[in-house]
Amino acid sequence: MAFPNGKDDLMNFEVTIRPDEGYYLGGTFVFSVQISPIYPHEAPKVKCKTKVYHPNIDLEGNVCLNILREDWKPVLNVNTVIYGLFHLFTEPNHEDPLNQDAAAVLRDNPKLFESYVRRAMAGGYVGQTFFPRCI
Amino acid sequence: MADSTVQQSRSRDLDKLLLRPGNLVAPTFEPGVQLRDDLQEYARILVIGAGGLGCELLKDLALSGFKNLEVIDMDRIEVTNLNRQFLFRLEDVGKPKAEVAAKRVMERVSGVNIVPHFCRIEDKDIDFYKDFSIIALGLDSVEARSYINAVACGFLEYDSDDNPIEETVKPMVDGGTEGFKGHARVIMPGSTPCFECTIWLFPPQVKFPLCTLAETPRTAAHCIEYAHLIKWDEVHSGKTFDPDDPEHMKWVYTEAVKRAELFGIQGVTYSLTQGVVKNIIPAIASTNAIISAACTLETLKLASGCSKTLGNYLTYNGVEGLHIKVTEFVRDKDCLVCGPGVLIELDTSVTLQRFIDMLEEHPKLLLSKASVRHQATNLYMQSPPVLEEMTRSNLSLPLFELMGKVPKDIVHVTGTANKDDKKTSCLRKLRLVFKGVDAVTDMDMAVGA
Repeated sequence: MAFPNGKDDLMNFEVTIRPDEGYYLGGTFVFSVQISPIYPHEAPKVKCKTKVYHPNIDLEGNVCLNILREDWKPVLNVNTVIYGLFHLFTEPNHEDPLNQDAAAVLRDNPKLFESYVRRAMAGGYVGQTFFPRCI
Repeated sequence: MADSTVQQSRSRDLDKLLLRPGNLVAPTFEPGVQLRDDLQEYARILVIGAGGLGCELLKDLALSGFKNLEVIDMDRIEVTNLNRQFLFRLEDVGKPKAEVAAKRVMERVSGVNIVPHFCRIEDKDIDFYKDFSIIALGLDSVEARSYINAVACGFLEYDSDDNPIEETVKPMVDGGTEGFKGHARVIMPGSTPCFECTIWLFPPQVKFPLCTLAETPRTAAHCIEYAHLIKWDEVHSGKTFDPDDPEHMKWVYTEAVKRAELFGIQGVTYSLTQGVVKNIIPAIASTNAIISAACTLETLKLASGCSKTLGNYLTYNGVEGLHIKVTEFVRDKDCLVCGPGVLIELDTSVTLQRFIDMLEEHPKLLLSKASVRHQATNLYMQSPPVLEEMTRSNLSLPLFELMGKVPKDIVHVTGTANKDDKKTSCLRKLRLVFKGVDAVTDMDMAVGA
């Protein structure tokens, strides 16, 4: 966890996630989290700052996680969001794609998907897109 | 002489309330001409918002005999406002709402003075809000209500027995409408629930899943949100979308139309685009009129004491048949915004570390591992480690100095509370008073104690 605006601004911070299993094992992914003034009435705004080849995260860093949008409830909190993000890496979901190509590959050929993820995390091209190294 | 007859007839109906005794009046109510005149001369009402509700409120308050009004609104008049914001005309489009609304009411109701403020509510000093007898809210967002509520509750002070001090109570009357539904409520900080006590009442806003927008749009709104939330960033990297910039809105509209064509979806229009992107709630003029009438009556009752006020939350629903219900919501006694907080007296020499240790033993708190925040500054954070490290050096310093040597102030603490052998994380408000500082305040405290 990091606080780019110093110790007095707790409403904007960064969370670093290092998945300990699954396709993304060994990768380091940074998310920016922006807490609304009326939190928990409104979900935190989360963006992925690391470019990642993932069916539920697009190349702009938008994240498709149900609890960040349609299923947010004021009883949820930042912890649940972080667990949710963690879950995205251990169980990427091809049924709710934001990166359509990645989702199709995961669905049709998990082995190929795995090699693409490895290639992207090591720093390289998948199709036309370059992914910086994040291991 | 003719003049006084006119005055008579104008306040005739009001006089029935203000000049005669009643059974349901406030204990302080003293009927008579003096009250009516004082109300006109001294009562100062601030109307927040000059939109659908604000226009109604200004007109109603002016016609109810209030002579000193002020109105604050940051928006300019748009063509789409004209169907219900009846103080505005076509030639006013583009002008500040507050200024036009004030001018129009002053033209129609003689003797009333309305000061407009064309700015954001956050732009005003906190002291600006202190001068008003009552604040009437005609807003459309949770954020703005939350802000004003925090400002008004910020004036509230409690005596040493945790009773609100009357002179510090800033009453609010809050109205809100959405289509055929509406609410009106009276907030007396310290006595009735504040906005934050009952914030759970607000339904969460509808949000579409991003993947639906990206993959399987089914409605016109899906296409618009796709253009607004996903396509905008893809094309304009880094540039933030401004909903008040017509060029931006036009771009989103055009993109949404393209997307709708691609998926064979009907119904994307420019006004729907504005509605979806700016989260515009459909407004019905009559609902605004009903809610505003209720709010104005409550304002009059609060200011004059001529009758019991609404207790404390009115809901109006005209969707199927017509239902009006008044519910008495209760305060959250531990509310961080309007609650008294736990009163703690301290020596000026107490260090932050010693203070944190004291919280663990305090019978009302039993709070271990506390993090401490004063106004916008984190004095000490137990976690995460990066913040602990940044704030650790404060531990050995006297709290009095860390708080800028003020005689008393509020701090917020978070930590683990031990209650019935169960550990729960909790956030509490504390009212700190430093002993021996500012003798006058100290005397006040001593009387109650």
